[in-house]
Amino acid sequence: MTSNRESQNPIDLDDLYRDVILDHYRSPRNRGARDDATISAEGFNPSCGDEIQLSVAILDGTVNGLGFGGSGCSISQSSASMMTEAMTGRSLESAREMSKHVQQMLTDDTFDLDAVDLGDLEALSGVAKFPVRIKCGLLAWKVLDQALANASGESVSDDSDIPTRVTSG
Amino acid sequence: MTAATKGTPLDTAAIRAQFPILAREVHGHPLVYLDNAATTQKPQAVIDALTGYYSTMNANIHRGLHTLAEEATAAYEHVRKQVAEFIGASSHREVVFTRNTTESLNLLAYTLGARLKPGDEIVLTAAEHHSNLVPWQLVTQRTGAVLRFIELNDDQQIDVDTARAAINANTRIVSIVHMSNVLGSIAPVAEIAEMARAVGATMIVDAAQSAPHIPVDVGELGADYLAFSAHKMLGPTGVGVLWGRQELLADLDPFLGGGEMISVVTREESSWAALPHKFEAGTPNIADVIAFGAALDFLNEIGMDAIAAHDAELTEYAVDRLSRLEGLDIYGPADPAERSAVIAFNYRDIHSHDVATILDRSGVAIRAGHHCAQPLMRTLGVPATARASFYLYNERSEIDALVDGLLEAGERFGFER
Ligand SMILES: Cc1ncc(COP(=O)(O)O)c(C=O)c1O
Repeated sequence: MTSNRESQNPIDLDDLYRDVILDHYRSPRNRGARDDATISAEGFNPSCGDEIQLSVAILDGTVNGLGFGGSGCSISQSSASMMTEAMTGRSLESAREMSKHVQQMLTDDTFDLDAVDLGDLEALSGVAKFPVRIKCGLLAWKVLDQALANASGESVSDDSDIPTRVTSG
Repeated sequence: MTAATKGTPLDTAAIRAQFPILAREVHGHPLVYLDNAATTQKPQAVIDALTGYYSTMNANIHRGLHTLAEEATAAYEHVRKQVAEFIGASSHREVVFTRNTTESLNLLAYTLGARLKPGDEIVLTAAEHHSNLVPWQLVTQRTGAVLRFIELNDDQQIDVDTARAAINANTRIVSIVHMSNVLGSIAPVAEIAEMARAVGATMIVDAAQSAPHIPVDVGELGADYLAFSAHKMLGPTGVGVLWGRQELLADLDPFLGGGEMISVVTREESSWAALPHKFEAGTPNIADVIAFGAALDFLNEIGMDAIAAHDAELTEYAVDRLSRLEGLDIYGPADPAERSAVIAFNYRDIHSHDVATILDRSGVAIRAGHHCAQPLMRTLGVPATARASFYLYNERSEIDALVDGLLEAGERFGFER
C-alpha cells in the first residue's frame, strides 16, 4: 500500500542524499564563528534537537562572510554549509531574496527549479519530498532570516516551530 | 490464539495474524515496526471492541437510567476491575482513568505538589521522560520545593547506591521511571520505595514502559502511586491509568472539577464523589477504556511472563547482532539481562534522523531524536540517538532487517559493509 502521490512519482533516497549534500556533511565549509562577525544568531528544532549557530560579517550592506556551528543531521548541517558559501558576497537584499527562494524550494516539491538559479543549493530540492525532513533543511535559513532582518533593523515574526534569536550584534 | 505456554517463546506467526496493520507494506517492503516504545499496534480484538461499542452500546455512563447507559457503565467499570487485577491492586476503587501517563503524573504533581513547602525535596532520576520531569519543575516554581536527581551508575543504570545518595530527610516525593524508554534498564523500584518509606516520602512509579513489557505488581513494588498508558500496551490512544493506594487517593484533593466527580453541589460549595470518580471529572473516554479491556484480555491470554521472556530473548538477540556492527554504540546496561525491549544506539557518525529516514525506505520503523528525555541525552553526551523497541509480535527476522538497513545507511554515507 503506497500513497497515490508516491506511485505516480516514486521517491528515492537518492533524491534526498545527493552527493553534494553528503560532501558538505562530511567536509563542512566555513565551520566555526567568524572574528569579524557583526551579528550572531542561533536557532534549534525542538522536535529533533538540531541546532545551528550563525555568525555573519556584514559591511556596507554586503554579506562578507558567514560561519556556522551546531549539530544535527546531514540535511540540517549541509544546508547550513551550502548556505555559507552561497550567501558570501551578496547584498543584504539579494541574500534575503535567495533565502526566500530556497525556503520555497524546501517546502514545495513542485517548485520550478528553472525559474531561479540556485546553483548548488538545488541539491536540496529533494528535501521537499520528505515532509518530516523539511524542518531540518529550513533550520539554517530561519536563523539567517533572523540575522539579516536584524541587520536591516527589522524584527522577524516568531516561528515557534523553529525558534531563532539574535545572540549578539 | 495459540500462544505457547508461559515462559516459552511466543507463537509470533499466530500473534501477528491478529494485527491487521502488520500486513501492510511501506515503500514496497513489509512493515517492520520497531517503534513500540512510542506506541504499539492494535490487535483486531481491540479495533472490534471500539467499533462494537459505538455500534451497539454507545451511551453516557454513570447517569443514564436506560439500558444502553447501564450496559456502557457496566462495560466501562468492568475494565477498571481488569486493570486492578492486572497490576495487583487491592480494589478497583484505586484505579483512576486519565488520558495518558502524562496526565496521571500531572494529577499527582498538582495535588501532592500543593502540599510542599520551600526546601522540601522531590527526587527524580537522570533518566526521566519529560512527562515525569516538567510537571515537577512546575511544582518547584509554585512552592519553592527543589528537585534532586538519582544519577546513573557507571553501567548507565539507576541503582540502590545512586538512589541512597539522593534520598534524605527532606525528601517528600520520590517519582521515578520503572523502565527507561531510552536505556531499557529496569530500576530497583522496591528497594527505592523502601528508602522513600523510611523517610516518610511518597513513592510514585512511572510504569509507561514497564506495564507493557514485564509483570507489574503494585504491592511488590511498594509503590504509593503508579502511572501508565493504554496505547503502549495494545490499547487505544486516549486512555491512561493512575493507580493509588486507596487511603492516599481518598486524602487527595480533586484535580479537575465538574460533572461526575461530585456528590452534592450547592451554589457555594460541593462535596466529592466516592473514589475513583472524584478524579474523573466530565464524560470520560468511554469507548477507548472499553477497548483497553480487550487489550488486557489479549495480554492476559498470552501472559505477561511469556511476553517478558519473549522481549528479553529478542533484546538479547538484537544486542548481540547490533554490537557486532563496527561503529555501533549501544546505550544502557551492557548486560542484556538487565534491560528489556528498548535499545537506543548510534551508528558510525550518521545522525539518527538520517538512519531513521534510510531505514524507513526499507519499511523499518524506528524512532530517532531525544525521546522526550533531553536531560538524559545530555548526561549520555549525545544530541540524539536512534531507538529500536520491540513487542510481542516482533521476530528475529525483523532485527535482521534492521541490521541490513543499518549497513545500507553506512554504505550511503561512505562506509564499507
Ligand atoms: C517512560 C515514559 N514515561 C512517560 C511517557 C508518556 O506517555 P504518554 O505520552 O502516553 O503520556 C512515556 C511515553 O513515551 C514513557 O516512555
